[in-house]
Amino acid sequence: MEVFSLIVDGVATAVLPINLMLIVVGVTVGLFIGAMPGLGSVNGVAILLPVTFLVPPASAIMFLAAIYYGAMYGGAISSVALGIPGASTAVATTFDGRPLALQGRASLALVTAALASFVGGTFATVFFSLFAPLLADVALSFGPPEIFALMLLAFATFLGLGGDDIPKTIFSICFGLVLATVGFDTISGEPRLVLFEIQGFLRGIGFIVLAIGVYGIGEMLWTIEQTRGEVTTTNPKMTAKGLVSDTKEAVRRGWKGTWIGSVLGFFVGVLPAAGATPGSLMAYGVAKMASRTPEEYGNGAPDGVAAPEAANNSASTGAMLPMLTLGIPGSPTTAILLGGMVMWGLTPGPRLFIDESEFVWGLIGAFYISNVVAVLINLAFIPLFVWMLRMPFTILAPVIFVLSIIGGFAASRSMHDLWLIVIFGISAFFLRKFDYPLAPAVLAIVLGPIAEPTLRQSLLLSSGDPMIFFTRPIAGPITVIALILIFLPAIKLLRRKRTVAEG
Amino acid sequence: MRQGEISLAGLLALLSLYLMWKSTELPIGYISGQGPGGGFWPFWLSFGMLLSCAAIAWNWWRGNSPASVSDEPVMDAFGWRTVARVGGGVLVFVALIPIISMYGAICLFLIYYLHFLGRHSWLLTTVLAVALPGGLFFFFEGAMYISMPQGLPFTQPFFDMMYEIIY
Repeated sequence: MEVFSLIVDGVATAVLPINLMLIVVGVTVGLFIGAMPGLGSVNGVAILLPVTFLVPPASAIMFLAAIYYGAMYGGAISSVALGIPGASTAVATTFDGRPLALQGRASLALVTAALASFVGGTFATVFFSLFAPLLADVALSFGPPEIFALMLLAFATFLGLGGDDIPKTIFSICFGLVLATVGFDTISGEPRLVLFEIQGFLRGIGFIVLAIGVYGIGEMLWTIEQTRGEVTTTNPKMTAKGLVSDTKEAVRRGWKGTWIGSVLGFFVGVLPAAGATPGSLMAYGVAKMASRTPEEYGNGAPDGVAAPEAANNSASTGAMLPMLTLGIPGSPTTAILLGGMVMWGLTPGPRLFIDESEFVWGLIGAFYISNVVAVLINLAFIPLFVWMLRMPFTILAPVIFVLSIIGGFAASRSMHDLWLIVIFGISAFFLRKFDYPLAPAVLAIVLGPIAEPTLRQSLLLSSGDPMIFFTRPIAGPITVIALILIFLPAIKLLRRKRTVAEG
Repeated sequence: MRQGEISLAGLLALLSLYLMWKSTELPIGYISGQGPGGGFWPFWLSFGMLLSCAAIAWNWWRGNSPASVSDEPVMDAFGWRTVARVGGGVLVFVALIPIISMYGAICLFLIYYLHFLGRHSWLLTTVLAVALPGGLFFFFEGAMYISMPQGLPFTQPFFDMMYEIIY
């Protein structure tokens, strides 16, 4: 009951006129920043951090949290409407969101994403409110071997995303992971894989460079070549009646993915260093495995949109937990929020809930309100985003190219990276011609910087003995499940081939 | 497609070998007291890429992949032409950025794509080619404080004028 009254107090603080106004502005700004390829919550939060000194700390963190939420909702818009994941957390949304848009069901995809995000965010906030200190202890028990085992589990789900050609999927995963190692070795600090001695590679290769290359340039070239430039997005609906029927359909066909994403996303998000991207990817993989019609995934299954969207919103809230209770940021955005809290004179850590109770519960109240505001604003803007798809393709295509290039530069501020985007884009086009799945490479480049140091730290802990991943109580079961998932597609394929040969 | 499949696998195998060789610039084994060397992770992953290429070649030999049994060309003449026009346009767009600025390059790219490839009217082309870079200028430079490449010095008077509007 005490928690309940604290939540009520927190919500009451969040709906004070100044706070509510900041939340509405924050969500709206975040939505549009998130919808722009190359920009994500981290840009919005970083740019608007100085503005927060004009208001009290509680209002400031609510504003930043609202931007964070808005941007998480906005990431889906870019994935569905443009086919470019604006942030790594929205990569999995592209798998089914884009096919739905091309079938003229963009509004269904966007409504599903909005509702799933709302459920995911709310579920996570409820869990956050009830179990924050307990979950902080669980998160602390995750050391390098456990985090690496979790990454292994995420890679295992990649195999399910790559279709039947397992060697090409493995190639794609390894290639993404190798690209993530370019730049400097984070442990020894020495330059590594400076390809062809080009100094630009010292900066490394960012996720956004590969993602924009593959989805912005490569995917567009593919679409233009396949459709001979005559793309038809079959009259997307934008009437009020259409939105209502889409909402009903989203609930009916997306509830399962929503719940899987909400639960999985939160628990992955809580873990320090994991974050929303592995959460959304694993949610997609698990939803596909749990589905009675897995063949619909990748061709426009609403559950395939709901699972990653619920997961990334749920994980975003979950990622706040280690930041507030332990002072460990789980993502770049929460790192900036942490910096903001320190600047406002607050000390994140176990005592924050006791010493700054009003601040913490006000923030939790803001999570609830931000979620409601975000879903309403998102639904209100859906007709605008759907309208974008009604543009002739000969207008939409150059606009997507322009947004890809300018978004790519905004993310990296480097001409070297722009050239890489073009090279990756053209290469992706030809690789796709020969059925190389590229999504695993994009996801691997995101998870590589987490996987490598945790593997090396684990092996250092065990003096080079890989059994460390099997003998620890949390890492062991996760590793075993991951290995089963890795070998499952191969076994299934062999069995199918044997059945065909016998039949 | 059949020829292309094995050629691409060969090319990717070469890339894998290059990455393996490049990884050996840092230690690839276990260093006592320090754990695996800096080249360990990329080396074995590149080796994984090489093994995958071998498996792709094996599938090609056995005719297991769709591309390995297809006699179709990778693309017909129309496909090559379309990809060359669009991809070439994007290449020129990026090449022009350090010369005529990001916004100038966007304007020219839009004129090329909308009018010459899309066959839209000059009115629509002009409106979009001016409005989109203009809007992006105010969004990135004004709202997001992100400066885009401004090209060679001859573009400076234009930027001075635009910054006067913002500040």
